[in-house]
Amino acid sequence: MPTRSSADLIVIGAGVVGAACAYYAARSGISVTVIDRGAVAGGTTGAGEGNLLVSDKEPGPELELALLSVRLWRELSDLLPPRIEYEAKGGLVVASDEASMAALRGFAARQERAGVKAEQATVDQLRDLEPHLAPDLAGGFHYPQDAQVQPALAAAHLLRAAGGQGSGGVRLRLGEEVIGVLTGANGEVRGVRTASGDVRAPYIVNAAGSWGGELARLAGVGLPVLPRRGFVLVTEPLPRVVRRKVYAADYVADVASGSAALQTSAVVEGTPSGPVLIGASRERVGFDRTLSVEALRRLAAQATRLFPVLAGVRAMRTYAGFRPYLPDHLPAIGPDPRVPGLLHACGHEGAGIGLAPATGLIVARVLSGGQLPLDIEPFRPHRFDAAG
Amino acid sequence: MPNSPSDEATDDRYSALYDLAVIGAGCAGLAGAVAASERGLSVALLDAAGQIGGQFYRHPAPPLGAVRPQALHHDWSLFAGLRRRLEASDIVHLAGHHVWTVVREGEGEWAVHAVTAADGTGERPARVRARTVLLATGAYERHLPFPGWTLPGVVAAGGAQAMLKSGLVLPGRRVVVAGSGPLLLAVAASLSAAGARVPAVVEASGYTGYARRPGVLAANPHKLMEAVIHATGLVRRGVRLRTRSAVTQVHGTDRVEAVTVSRIDRDWRPLPGTGRRIACDALAVGHGLVPQVELATSLGCATRRTEDGTYALALDALQETSVRGLWAAGETGGIGGADLARTEGELAGIAVAARTRGRPELARGGRVRELQRRRDGMRDFADAMAAVHAPGSGWVHWLDDATDVCRCEEVSAGAIREALADYGARDARTVKLLTRAGMGWCQGRMCGAAVACLAAGAGAESAPASPERRPLAVPVPLGVLGSLEPSEPTATPTGPSGQPDAAGPDEPGRPVDGRTRPSTAGPCKPAD
Ligand SMILES: Cc1cc2nc3c(=O)[nH]c(=O)nc-3n(C[C@H](O)[C@H](O)[C@H](O)COP(=O)(O)OP(=O)(O)OC[C@H]3O[C@@H](n4cnc5c(N)ncnc54)[C@H](O)[C@@H]3O)c2cc1C
Ligand SMILES: Cc1cc2nc3c(=O)[nH]c(=O)nc-3n(C[C@H](O)[C@H](O)[C@H](O)COP(=O)(O)OP(=O)(O)OC[C@H]3O[C@@H](n4cnc5c(N)ncnc54)[C@H](O)[C@@H]3O)c2cc1C
Repeated sequence: MPTRSSADLIVIGAGVVGAACAYYAARSGISVTVIDRGAVAGGTTGAGEGNLLVSDKEPGPELELALLSVRLWRELSDLLPPRIEYEAKGGLVVASDEASMAALRGFAARQERAGVKAEQATVDQLRDLEPHLAPDLAGGFHYPQDAQVQPALAAAHLLRAAGGQGSGGVRLRLGEEVIGVLTGANGEVRGVRTASGDVRAPYIVNAAGSWGGELARLAGVGLPVLPRRGFVLVTEPLPRVVRRKVYAADYVADVASGSAALQTSAVVEGTPSGPVLIGASRERVGFDRTLSVEALRRLAAQATRLFPVLAGVRAMRTYAGFRPYLPDHLPAIGPDPRVPGLLHACGHEGAGIGLAPATGLIVARVLSGGQLPLDIEPFRPHRFDAAG
Repeated sequence: MPNSPSDEATDDRYSALYDLAVIGAGCAGLAGAVAASERGLSVALLDAAGQIGGQFYRHPAPPLGAVRPQALHHDWSLFAGLRRRLEASDIVHLAGHHVWTVVREGEGEWAVHAVTAADGTGERPARVRARTVLLATGAYERHLPFPGWTLPGVVAAGGAQAMLKSGLVLPGRRVVVAGSGPLLLAVAASLSAAGARVPAVVEASGYTGYARRPGVLAANPHKLMEAVIHATGLVRRGVRLRTRSAVTQVHGTDRVEAVTVSRIDRDWRPLPGTGRRIACDALAVGHGLVPQVELATSLGCATRRTEDGTYALALDALQETSVRGLWAAGETGGIGGADLARTEGELAGIAVAARTRGRPELARGGRVRELQRRRDGMRDFADAMAAVHAPGSGWVHWLDDATDVCRCEEVSAGAIREALADYGARDARTVKLLTRAGMGWCQGRMCGAAVACLAAGAGAESAPASPERRPLAVPVPLGVLGSLEPSEPTATPTGPSGQPDAAGPDEPGRPVDGRTRPSTAGPCKPAD
């Protein structure tokens, strides 16, 4: 098999996480080759909604990653073209009764101690923030740090910008599936094999999203990434009836749940191009795309509960995506001690768009020997091994 | 045909478990419904339209009924026969029911979900349960954009025909008919019979392609005669037929004033210096039809690439799809015309009766063999036709970067080319994600073919690996969705086929759909 060009780093996966890894690595002078078996953003990134949320996260390592990421997204929004549709619009979590308002208050207080900005909103304030909200809610919290991007465009523009001035250079190989990992005499990474040849590099990053487990297997290690299905409903274009990201307080419980059963708690948000997005359900059913009428029913019922005006609005389409999910709901980020030269950046479940920049920065710092922005111990890829 | 609006009857119509639910009351669906009903099955027949007949037997709504619809249909008596049999049957006809999805509801049972406002009380959900389903949802028109195609006065050829049939409105007084396919001759004939001047019929292919398949032609004299009759009638009325030509530009400020017709090569690339202006006040253009198969593909039904680059359902000898219990007939199995649709519908109706009544001999009788023989002949002819009229890859040279390809979202050819060249899009789906082409009202039915061709032209994938997914076949109000009966979600980690679905039929990032039978034909026929 012909050996083809080489680079310092091969990133496997051109989703938003791979794009962010390529961006920060190239920006620190590393030459990068990005390989994807499909197109840019053709995986889960193309099925995600682009919420950059801190509001839904418990204090802990994921929240730290999210807080770093919202800062980085803000920086990126100045560097990347406006077409990525970055909007610092804020989130609004609402409670339907006093009991859930009390729970939300406790949750928000803990978040604030961890650096999250959360502002309690009375019923009247809710109406100012979102005039079309149902009148009978108990109250809510406003999270000004929550923001939004269009995920596919964000990934594409991160990759474009990665090759700019002072960069180590980025090459994109699309339509090439990685079918093997090349290793040297001591088991260290030497590159990857694709159907059309070998590509050499001393480091590879597994940014294969929901397929990250298969990729790890190619490198001879275990990483239990599972798909967690989500449906999103997209409405006809509307004038702005929903200004922020609005969701019911129960969403927080769904996210943290490990259950395989269907859970839904609709996040409702407007987009610059007009359609309202309602997402997303969560269930573990493998890679099954069959339409779940029940998931759509719940999303629609919850959205119209929050915004009664939406009842007459048409859902134009729906799509399913598969979140890359690890059993402890944390991503795998950083070097894999089992195979020298192998790094992972996958398993971000329902938050990969939000967490991409921080992930990319960590990967770049690991490779360039720079200072790590936060403790990456909780994300160590081998933590599911008996010994890990 | 009990469809009285009394309340009790209304309830019954939705609580029954039918032997067969037929979706689409065109030629195929009607023929299937009566064939099954006459063999003792209980049948529900759903259609979005208010009246039966589908695309072909479209006729003026009753208030306009003054004119004789027969005048526009040479096969009217066949339709009248189906209608009589429907009226004599106990088929439950659910008109005004827009089906948005079909889902499996346990072993051997399907739920057909529709939105309806048929009883005049506002839109509400309607669910019909059946042991088998016949998908007879027909086709929609394929559009290939060109500079000026969004100008008022440019209409779809089939749409013009439909307008004539249902309201008897002419799109203009001097109408150029252009594009490719046998529908053009029929449209020109109807327009000129209704009083329009048709200065030219502009056909991108040559008809010589037919001559290369003499066997197919000899087996289908009826089809051939139809074309000849259309063509001779047109010539008598002074219509010029220009083959290997295309409308490459439309002129006018507020509306069509003229078109430029250019000669094109075998690959549909315009030949420089051959442009000629023809004055007209309307342009009817059509580039063939696309099977409407989203209800089936959402359920994992296998598809086949047709000779002109569309996706049709892959069917067995008795019209069943790859998913047991789901049948299809008519244009959903490939474009082939009203006669074929009727034949396949009847065949499917008989096959469903044989299965559900446990009488396999029904499907082995002389009538079935006769229908199969006719179907096979007509399918061969349809394939030959599709091959002759398949768009050549050179048509993209008609497009300048400023031409809008997606009209709903106003996405230009230039923006699509940029997404492919600079942003890493490789197929219609990623073009959509990066440009919004195909995200608007028509959900890509209008621009899908064009975007796929542009993507193919950019050297990415030679053809889309699978048909586009549209899990909602029609838009559904959120209030309707939210008011459905709650149900237990099916949490089985298996695919539609019952097999563990390691990667769905067209898993993102997976370029090859294992279930789609590959074909050598691209969406744009490569130069030969
Ligand atoms: C319905 C839904 C809504 C969501 N909403 C949000 C949200 O609002 N906010 C948020 O932050 N997150 C959200 N997410 C989650 C988010 O979409 C994902 O976490 C994120 O897209 C993961 O990105 P990725 O780059 O890791 O994976 P992907 O985008 O899937 O990229 C992985 C890539 O790897 C490629 N690949 C895999 N194997 C190979 C191989 N062997 N060779 C070559 N290439 C390979 C694939 O083709 C793919 O392109 C949502 C997810 C879903 C399903
Ligand atoms: C615009 C147009 C013009 C045509 N003009 C001619 C012509 O002039 N001459 C000619 O020979 N052939 C013409 N054809 C082709 C001809 O109509 C077909 O060959 C024939 O109608 C096929 O019959 P069918 O039963 O397969 O589909 P159709 O007759 O198209 O019937 C399909 C039916 O399904 C219904 N349907 C579709 N989706 C749904 C849904 N989701 N829910 C509920 N109902 C649904 C539709 O309302 C329709 O009544 C035309 C086709 C089109 C699309």
